[in-house]
Amino acid sequence: MATIIIDCKTYEVPLGKNVLETCLNLGFDVPYFCWHPGLGSVGACRQCAVKVFKDADDKKGRLVMSCMEPVVHNQHLAVHDADTIDFRKQVIEWLMTNHPHDCAVCDEGGSCHLQDMTVMTGHHERRFTFNKRTYKNQDLGPFLNHEMNRCIQCYRCVRFYKDYAGGKDLDAYASKNNVYFGRAEDGVLENEFSGNLAEICPTGVFTDKTLKEHYTRKWDLTMSPSICQHCSVGCNTIAGERYGALRMIHNRFHEKINGYFLCDRGRFGYEFVNAENRIKQPSINGDVVERTELETRLEKIMKSAKVIGIGSPRASLQSNFALKTLVGEDNFYHGVSDHEHDLAELAVRILKDGPVRTPSTKEIEKSDAIFVLGEDLTNTAPIVALAVRQAVRQDLSGEPEKIHIQGWQDAARKNLQQQRKMPLYSATIHETKLDDICTSANYATPEDIARLGFAVAHCVDHNSPAPEHFPEALQVRARSIANGLLAAKNPTIISGAGCASSAVMKAAANVAIALHKNGIVVGLTYTMLECNSMGLTMIGGHRLSAAFNAVINGHADTLILLENDLFRHGSFAEVGDFLARCKNVIVLDHTKSDSTDRASVVIPAGTFAESDGIIVNNEGRAQRFFQVYESTESIQESWRWIINIGKTLQHPKLQTWQNFEDISKAMASEEPMLQNIDEVNPAVDFRIVGQRIPREPHRFSGRTSMHAHIQVSEQKPPTDDDSPLSYTMEGTRIQPPSAMIPFYWSPGWNSVQSVAKYQHEVGGSLKDGDSGIRLLEANAASSLVYFQGIPEAFVPLEHHLWIVPTYHIFGSEEMSAKSASIQKRIPTPYLLISAVDANIYHLKEQDIIKVSIANISYSFPIKINRNIPVGMAALPYGLCDAPINALPEWGIVETSPLTELHDYVRKTKVQH
Amino acid sequence: MFSIVRSMWLVFLHMFKKRVTIQYPEQKAKLPARWRGRIVLTRDPDMGERCVGCYLCAAACPVDCISLQATQDESGRRYPAFFRINFSRCIFCGYCEEACPTYAIQLIPDFEMGEYNRQNLVYEKQDLLIDSQGKYPGYNYYKVAGMAIQGKEKGAAINEEKPVDIHSLVP
Amino acid sequence: MDDATISHLLITFGVLAGLLLVAPGLIWLERRLLALWQDRYGPNRAGPFGLLVVLADTLKLFFKEDWIPPFADKKVFVLAPAIVVITVLLSFVVIPFAPGIIVADMNIGLLFFLAMSSMGAYSIILGGWSSNNKYALLGSMRGAAQLISYEVFMGLSLMGVVLMTGSFSLIDIVEAQRYQWFIVPQFLGFVIFLIAGIAETHRLPFDIPEAESELIAGFHSEYSGMKFGLFFVGEYIGIMLISSMVTVLFLGGWYGPSFLPPLAWFIIKMFGFIFFFILLRASLPRPRYDQLMEFGWKILLPLSLLNLVVTGGIILWMNTH
Repeated sequence: MATIIIDCKTYEVPLGKNVLETCLNLGFDVPYFCWHPGLGSVGACRQCAVKVFKDADDKKGRLVMSCMEPVVHNQHLAVHDADTIDFRKQVIEWLMTNHPHDCAVCDEGGSCHLQDMTVMTGHHERRFTFNKRTYKNQDLGPFLNHEMNRCIQCYRCVRFYKDYAGGKDLDAYASKNNVYFGRAEDGVLENEFSGNLAEICPTGVFTDKTLKEHYTRKWDLTMSPSICQHCSVGCNTIAGERYGALRMIHNRFHEKINGYFLCDRGRFGYEFVNAENRIKQPSINGDVVERTELETRLEKIMKSAKVIGIGSPRASLQSNFALKTLVGEDNFYHGVSDHEHDLAELAVRILKDGPVRTPSTKEIEKSDAIFVLGEDLTNTAPIVALAVRQAVRQDLSGEPEKIHIQGWQDAARKNLQQQRKMPLYSATIHETKLDDICTSANYATPEDIARLGFAVAHCVDHNSPAPEHFPEALQVRARSIANGLLAAKNPTIISGAGCASSAVMKAAANVAIALHKNGIVVGLTYTMLECNSMGLTMIGGHRLSAAFNAVINGHADTLILLENDLFRHGSFAEVGDFLARCKNVIVLDHTKSDSTDRASVVIPAGTFAESDGIIVNNEGRAQRFFQVYESTESIQESWRWIINIGKTLQHPKLQTWQNFEDISKAMASEEPMLQNIDEVNPAVDFRIVGQRIPREPHRFSGRTSMHAHIQVSEQKPPTDDDSPLSYTMEGTRIQPPSAMIPFYWSPGWNSVQSVAKYQHEVGGSLKDGDSGIRLLEANAASSLVYFQGIPEAFVPLEHHLWIVPTYHIFGSEEMSAKSASIQKRIPTPYLLISAVDANIYHLKEQDIIKVSIANISYSFPIKINRNIPVGMAALPYGLCDAPINALPEWGIVETSPLTELHDYVRKTKVQH
Repeated sequence: MFSIVRSMWLVFLHMFKKRVTIQYPEQKAKLPARWRGRIVLTRDPDMGERCVGCYLCAAACPVDCISLQATQDESGRRYPAFFRINFSRCIFCGYCEEACPTYAIQLIPDFEMGEYNRQNLVYEKQDLLIDSQGKYPGYNYYKVAGMAIQGKEKGAAINEEKPVDIHSLVP
Repeated sequence: MDDATISHLLITFGVLAGLLLVAPGLIWLERRLLALWQDRYGPNRAGPFGLLVVLADTLKLFFKEDWIPPFADKKVFVLAPAIVVITVLLSFVVIPFAPGIIVADMNIGLLFFLAMSSMGAYSIILGGWSSNNKYALLGSMRGAAQLISYEVFMGLSLMGVVLMTGSFSLIDIVEAQRYQWFIVPQFLGFVIFLIAGIAETHRLPFDIPEAESELIAGFHSEYSGMKFGLFFVGEYIGIMLISSMVTVLFLGGWYGPSFLPPLAWFIIKMFGFIFFFILLRASLPRPRYDQLMEFGWKILLPLSLLNLVVTGGIILWMNTH
């Protein structure tokens, strides 16, 4: 701790921070642009000037950039001093000389850091009478709008895009007063985190293009704390609604998960909520019906039927649990392929019974060695990939400390660090976006990845099983990885369901356990395929094939399918046959799919924006998402529909439930793995000084006009029986608990930077701590022993390709793929094969290959990849009709080969 | 005591003064040009809609009686897809006019808006938009704003340089 | 039925009808006069001279929602406005409008009038109390204090007249003024009675129980519709009552030059005072509550006692000489 004196008042502050951060923590409004808690300081904008005095007697002082000035003991500072105020005013006037006169048509307006800072510094009159510099804009793809005239040259965009997110295609161009931020030429911004530019840019250079399609100012949005539904990481988001449509997704700070950033899938994948193919009315056999008719029909069906229920990994715990209660534990099945079911169960078992703790993404960011097995993180869990990148960027060599360079001194730290990186080892089926920072990247089939993992585990701890016939070259590599991991203090092992191999996940577990036995604090992360895969597994339920059998054997004739397109989880023929056999198929879903097309009764469920629910992320953290807006009367949460059905059937448990809290309480008492689930957020009757938490900012406009064209008398706003939030602007302005912050705002801070006012210290955790409850903790008294069953090494087969799934951030996830902007980024389906295989079958890029998978013939254009192992092919998950659920699987190549494989291999060897 | 009697007498004398009341429907009041009456949306000199849908009027409105939705046409001009004022709530405070950065929304000296049906007091864009520039003739927002629209490229607005050549390193 | 009974009934109903017709008319009159003194026109649209505004007002009151607050004491709440009208109307029983036009000539007429006007205080107290509203309660407490206080001076100020007449009968009092109105010998009594009368009717400037700038609407804050209408009408009949009493007690009742019938003289005098009441409203500000009470007890009470003593003394002296 240090004692510093600001404006003649004494404060106790921690050392190791810069003056700007310290001032902000103390509540001083010091304006700034280029500094960002996630990016550190470079002192580019000159806005955050304060005065430093030599000692108490120094009356003159000197102006310094507070973001570049470390806090030292007994420091005398002046923030509100005439010189500093004047200086800051001049700086902003100078930054504004070229700013265009276009706040009215700027999407940033109202949540603009530049506006806030201009007001804060007191610059209100333009004195500069000369011409303004202008720029041409670029088309940056479907996500971001570019308006360079607004730029104030703070460099935040390139610092984030290049340094933080590892992007390659955004840079600063030209020089001096003409500096330009953009791409070398028009085109899509390639990085998966480009959407963050909209938040990181302090003004309106980069703005959300999807928001522009239905533009609404921040103050007009009805906002709720939400959880991203597009991968298993469970990033915290703010979802905003206006006029009955979801308008935007913003980052909601969660120190342990997503920090300040979201991936583009999470940010732009929301548009499926407003899509044309939403189910808005209940229908029976394709005819839209009234609610009462639906209820009588459901009652009739349910009374005389043997009902089974199929849950969903993309539905909330509440919906799944309500369905499980309705149909009974014995009749509840998981709506995922058996393969996925087993992988998820394995992950839960390892994390729950194993001795190794699963870390949060924040902890991954801090780990000092990382081993990724089989997972293309950028495409399956993008925010984890971002965290891995930050981990690699760390400089733990001790050099900076030696010469007193602190973590926030970004430029100096980077100069000193040069190429020094944290070790990152990866073994994947083909190259990934993280390869540029890998210490060693290995490309192999899932079997060989698993074998490498087992070998590493064996090197770390000889008690763990070693793969047989392991080639020496790979052994050397395994040893070097093992040494790297053993040298670390808190390494992290990352694997997941991505390459659909339990062996890979077991190998990862073995490595982690082995390190743990060496006394190393190791983390083990498994990424899952869907947002609530973990939660569904924790609720328990039978496999999908058992449901098929139950119907085939006549044990059941009616199916309730919860928010699930079964065709994504089973082969077309099998699922089609199953649905046809069911006498009645009742589907609760929010978007049309092949399954809803075959349903006899379709019930309109709410998406995450129209629902309350809890989902469990891959860390085992249960988090609540809140309903953003009340939809039409016929759309409601799946669990509420199920309660309604239960009431008509006079189900003993369901008819006692009224709201969200009742389900959560029942779940907490009945599900052994979800014991604290009702404590994920404060109770429904939680109030702050007797008031609810408003979803709408106090400047919300149009209250008496937005519905006036329908009925000039204002209707009573809906009340929320499921949460302490209100659907209006009335309520407390006191900061709510961190799980329930609907939006960030503080007087004078309208932009996203206002999150600082919600944190203990800028960049640190939220004042109320991290939201969510971790359900999986390491079991110290673990009885989990090393996994055995090491697979045989992969051997290519003549005329065959071993087809494994690969993933795309845009397209592989079901719901985001229905979002209009994401759709523009989805690649066309393809089969990724090695150059060798392409030669064998005499194929060029984009040529069609015919493959038969599970006796069904498919044609794909091929993509040739240098790194993918020979004899293996990768098929993008979710992009095509192929049975992705059955992968990995051997595919019989129907395209005739030019040469036999072994001939080819021999020939190439001779040539070498 | 005397002052009480005196004030009563003075008040009594008012009986014989001239009336200040204007007998409205027969006699019309003379309204100044800045009188805050009916709200209209004006057009710029090219007869394009002045409103760019910035939502400031809606935010300024103390009774929240303005709602709109901004959108953009092919030429890059922003305009309101719908613009609704609920005059049954409007208090004619004129804040919307003050907030408007493009002089689009203006209050004019017309107050004869009575309706027998409240629903008719909800004015949509076609009821609000007039073919006139209103009180600020000659003002064209896009001529001063640094945003490119069809017919006005980057650098073509008032007080603007030609766009920077980003491939040049010449200062 | 003999003729006397019929004519008595005619007089009774005539007086009642007259009062009930004129009282709403006063509303129009007051609005027009206030407008005149404020350089306006007042209601001039509905009907000739805007007279039908009275009808419109009444209809409006009838069609207003007859709302009783859920927190009010219902029975008392309904009863209170009735009391004010009943007591004021009953007071008119003893008023001699002209020779022979009187409902009942009681020998204690003046006492009856005082009794009835005291009863009127109940309506204010009960109305405010039963509303269960703090403003109403404050208003009714002020009203009670004001009414009871000014009742004292009012009674005392009249005693001079009674002494000079030697009777409580109002007809006797009028007839005693055949040659000289009591305003001359009893000028002090007249002034005190007039002030106390304004306070009794809680008219402006003494509308302290209502005092809308402080107490919303005082004791009748919670009243609406016809119940409010009764308070309203009660107030106007009260004005007429006090005007009539002043006429009877100090201005010689129906006496006047013979070119007009007695009843006409009575009505002219009465309306003169009604004009005066409205002029007071148009010109004077409301005193503070404590000022009002101070004025009553510290000035009016000694003055009225002085008046009584002097009058009594003079009469004694005259009788002995």
